[in-house]
Amino acid sequence: MINFQYLRTSVVKTALNLLAKDPKATFIAGGTNLVDLMKRGVTAPEKLIDINHLPLKQIELKNNVLRIGALTSNSALAENAIVKEKFPLLMLALQSGASAQLRNVATVGGNMMQRTRCGYFYDTTMPCNKRQPGSGCGAIGGYNRMHAIFGTSEACIAVHPSDMCVGLVALEAQVVIASTKGERKINFIDFHRLAGTTPEKDNNLQKGELIVRLEIPLNNLNKNFHYLKVRDRSSYAFALVSVAAALELKDGVISNVRLAMGGVAHKPWRLTASENFLKGKQATIANFEAAAKLAMNGAKGFGENDFKLKLAPNTIIEALTVAKAKA
Amino acid sequence: MEFFVDENDRVDGVDKVTGKAKYFAEYQLPGLTYGVLVTSTITKGKITTIDTKLAKSAPGVLDVLSHLNKPVAAGYEQAGGSPMKIFYTDQVFFNGQPIALVVADTFERATYAATLVKVNYEKEAFNTDFENSIKDAKAKKLQGQPPYIRGVADAYKTAEVKIEQIYTMPVETHNPMELHGIIADWCANDQVTVYAKTQGVKAAQAAIANVFKIPQENIQVNSEFVGGGFGMALKTWPIEIATVMASKHLKKPVKLVVTRDQMFTMVGNRPAAYQKVGLGATKDGKITGITHTAFGQTATYENFTEGVVNMTKFMYDSENVNTNYYVVPLDMSVPIWMRGPGEATGAFALESAIDEMAHALDMDPLDFRMKNDPEIDPAKKIPFSSKNIKEAYKLGSAKIGWSNRKNKPGSIVDGAWQIGYGVSIGVFNASRGRASVKGILKADGTLVLQSATSDIGPGTGTGMGLIASRLLNIPTNKITFELGDSSLPPAPSQGGSATLSTVGTAVNDVCVSLKSTIAELAANSNMDATSNFVDVLKKNNLPMIEVTKQSQSNQQGKDYSMYSFSIHFVQVKVHQLTGVVKVSKIVSVGDSGKIVSPKTARSQMIGGAVGGIGMALTEEALLDNRYGRYVNNNFADYHVPVHADVPEIDVIFIDKPDFIVNPMGAKGMGEIALIGFAGAVANAVFNATGKRIRSLPITPDKVLEG
Repeated sequence: MINFQYLRTSVVKTALNLLAKDPKATFIAGGTNLVDLMKRGVTAPEKLIDINHLPLKQIELKNNVLRIGALTSNSALAENAIVKEKFPLLMLALQSGASAQLRNVATVGGNMMQRTRCGYFYDTTMPCNKRQPGSGCGAIGGYNRMHAIFGTSEACIAVHPSDMCVGLVALEAQVVIASTKGERKINFIDFHRLAGTTPEKDNNLQKGELIVRLEIPLNNLNKNFHYLKVRDRSSYAFALVSVAAALELKDGVISNVRLAMGGVAHKPWRLTASENFLKGKQATIANFEAAAKLAMNGAKGFGENDFKLKLAPNTIIEALTVAKAKA
Repeated sequence: MEFFVDENDRVDGVDKVTGKAKYFAEYQLPGLTYGVLVTSTITKGKITTIDTKLAKSAPGVLDVLSHLNKPVAAGYEQAGGSPMKIFYTDQVFFNGQPIALVVADTFERATYAATLVKVNYEKEAFNTDFENSIKDAKAKKLQGQPPYIRGVADAYKTAEVKIEQIYTMPVETHNPMELHGIIADWCANDQVTVYAKTQGVKAAQAAIANVFKIPQENIQVNSEFVGGGFGMALKTWPIEIATVMASKHLKKPVKLVVTRDQMFTMVGNRPAAYQKVGLGATKDGKITGITHTAFGQTATYENFTEGVVNMTKFMYDSENVNTNYYVVPLDMSVPIWMRGPGEATGAFALESAIDEMAHALDMDPLDFRMKNDPEIDPAKKIPFSSKNIKEAYKLGSAKIGWSNRKNKPGSIVDGAWQIGYGVSIGVFNASRGRASVKGILKADGTLVLQSATSDIGPGTGTGMGLIASRLLNIPTNKITFELGDSSLPPAPSQGGSATLSTVGTAVNDVCVSLKSTIAELAANSNMDATSNFVDVLKKNNLPMIEVTKQSQSNQQGKDYSMYSFSIHFVQVKVHQLTGVVKVSKIVSVGDSGKIVSPKTARSQMIGGAVGGIGMALTEEALLDNRYGRYVNNNFADYHVPVHADVPEIDVIFIDKPDFIVNPMGAKGMGEIALIGFAGAVANAVFNATGKRIRSLPITPDKVLEG
């Protein structure tokens, strides 16, 4: 950890200007991941701009769109009455993440920005293309039990660790991003990236940009939903595989469905082919199994994580089964 | 604020939950400085250069210690000896080895300066691969313990029914919440005060005296509260010696608190184990042969062995038993006892094999165990001082609802979950050592007891207070037990479940002596023999009387075999699609003599069960053999159980005194709380699913692919 400068502002514009000026500056919100990374020497910003006092903590439903300020804490969002009633899948995803103490401090924007938990990324003496491009990938041929089976590259097989983001992908959220040039809006699913040849880039946020809020369109996915996280212990453990599942059922027929997976890729992994397959079909175990099988197209194990090729479809089936049984 | 404290409550409970209890790192000495360690980033080789120029010129830095400027430690000047002599070698024995200590005026400055120390190495090929190293074990002539043979070796091979299986366990780390470290203050005339995290203040005192060749009386070790030890604080580690060196060198108090990742490489671990068990039985369920061969892991620079195969020698009634135990030296840091030490490792293998045999015989595993339960110790051919296993089986099985268990695996299904039951036994030596206790009985109605023992959590002061309270009929709130101070009458380190037996016996002797002195004084002053001691002291114009007694180790080992026993019953639920295992019910039965302190004894058993869940389901320190470094050296990735992993735990005590072991009739129970637990879980997983997982921890992937 190096000495760094600490600045704080309560004005978005000031924050953006400060960041734009200085290539070695970074925002800090909850800091639950950034501070660890600084302590381990994985990242060494020279300037921290504390954005906790920016007015970005509102949660409101307006014109059938839920707007969530980027500095809303994970626990405040999970406990919000509108979220509980209209977007319970998001509530479950949030509650599956980290621990109660971390969720109290961690923000929505910070959750999106958290970095992989790959052990090689955290140890500066070991190879990691994400931390140090060109140094190699320690996980390939090493401990990769937690690692990706979809969209991997020769450079990186790390996974994005968030649960919240898996729920948001399933809910077709959008991200509103601000910079000194103004605001832009992108689909949540396009926020995170695959590793490709540039694993050092986790997402498409450009230098100088700030996540200001999320928007989720209202839907009818608040009756038959489930977020199932399979992990090594019951709390405070990252997903081996997680599945966000939501169904809209009419007389046993699936009129709308959302499926996304966590713990399997460098980004939250939406299961579009499975969704398309299920639409218009009966909500039966046989159909769930077929959808789960479809989801696995292109999956590839790296030895220790081969079990995910079996665990992932099983988790999809179980999540859909529980979702169907609700109501 | 007022707290309700009844006589069974932990005497320091309020202090602990209110923050009044002071742990070693909380002591603020005037002029305190802070040490931060620099650790090796190679696994084996030689340090060629250490460049400390930048670090030394960083703000607040007082000095950087390493082998290049080692302050003299007279004991290290002598050649030989196996403990690693910190700063007396340029050799790197393992990755993460402490190689330099940066001392600065603040912790943050020392932390920063430590990143500025540049080290160059001459690397050598290394080996950290435990399982691969076992393959040609015979050729390597591994060290270990002498083989044990009773009857015919490998008799299981010719049995009517036999099983032969391999059981493995990874490295586990103790990782108590409290990080390891020390505050050392070396003052004029070689007077040294340390605030330590130790399970033995006298042992720490001796270790420091030995390295620096100064009289033990010069060294004051304080360790009143310890935030968990589990065995790792049974030794004074090189990093503690380094801190004392730094204080001597700088003539200032120095504090060292290691980081969580350093907890994985410099303060011991439970070694990985590879065990082969062969078990033979007649068709009607009589064991005819047991062969248990175990391999443990040790370091190249120090040796570590433990009692992995101990219980196999006497737990079951078999004419033929043979055991072998070897250690494999690896380029890793040296292990140390971790709760339940080797016995917990051995019990997992033996008790899994017993369950496998019961299944092969189509017998209820409880019936199979009962049928082979020996009346006397079959190894020593002498009676047990006490053993109530059959009663323990009966009570525990009734409580967990063993009658609901089906002998055919996979028979009970509840929705997506399969349900199974498992049982396993734990056993540990009920030893008693030598300790001294001083008792001061005062005319104000209070009793002060003093002994240089420790309390790493079991509730030593609470237990000792209860022993004295019952003997002298003084309420516990009038009794103070002082410990964790090397100037008090000597006592051994807290380990091996021996404190209550050892120190408690001395407390007993002190109280008996005080009682007879009071009776004598009463008689001399013509008072009634039943007079209150306060009245007797006042009548005699005595502000207090005091006595110091030394208890001796138990001399009846020749005639009786002395052990504590535990039986763990668990119910598990296993998810059919995800392989997730949840321990849904626990009944742990302790057969450890008279229970002196019911509440803290129960807490011990609960803690053991939680540790057992970790051993069975979650704990595994992962070391990448290509680099010799751990990849999950933090609390997010090294999984100790969380509350949500732990169901309500029922604890039953047999609570029958064993006066052969000591006058309280109490046997130790810290170790048995954990020993055997993992086997019970593995056996329950088999009963639930028909899948036998022989490699801990039992994670969802293993169940899914099992």
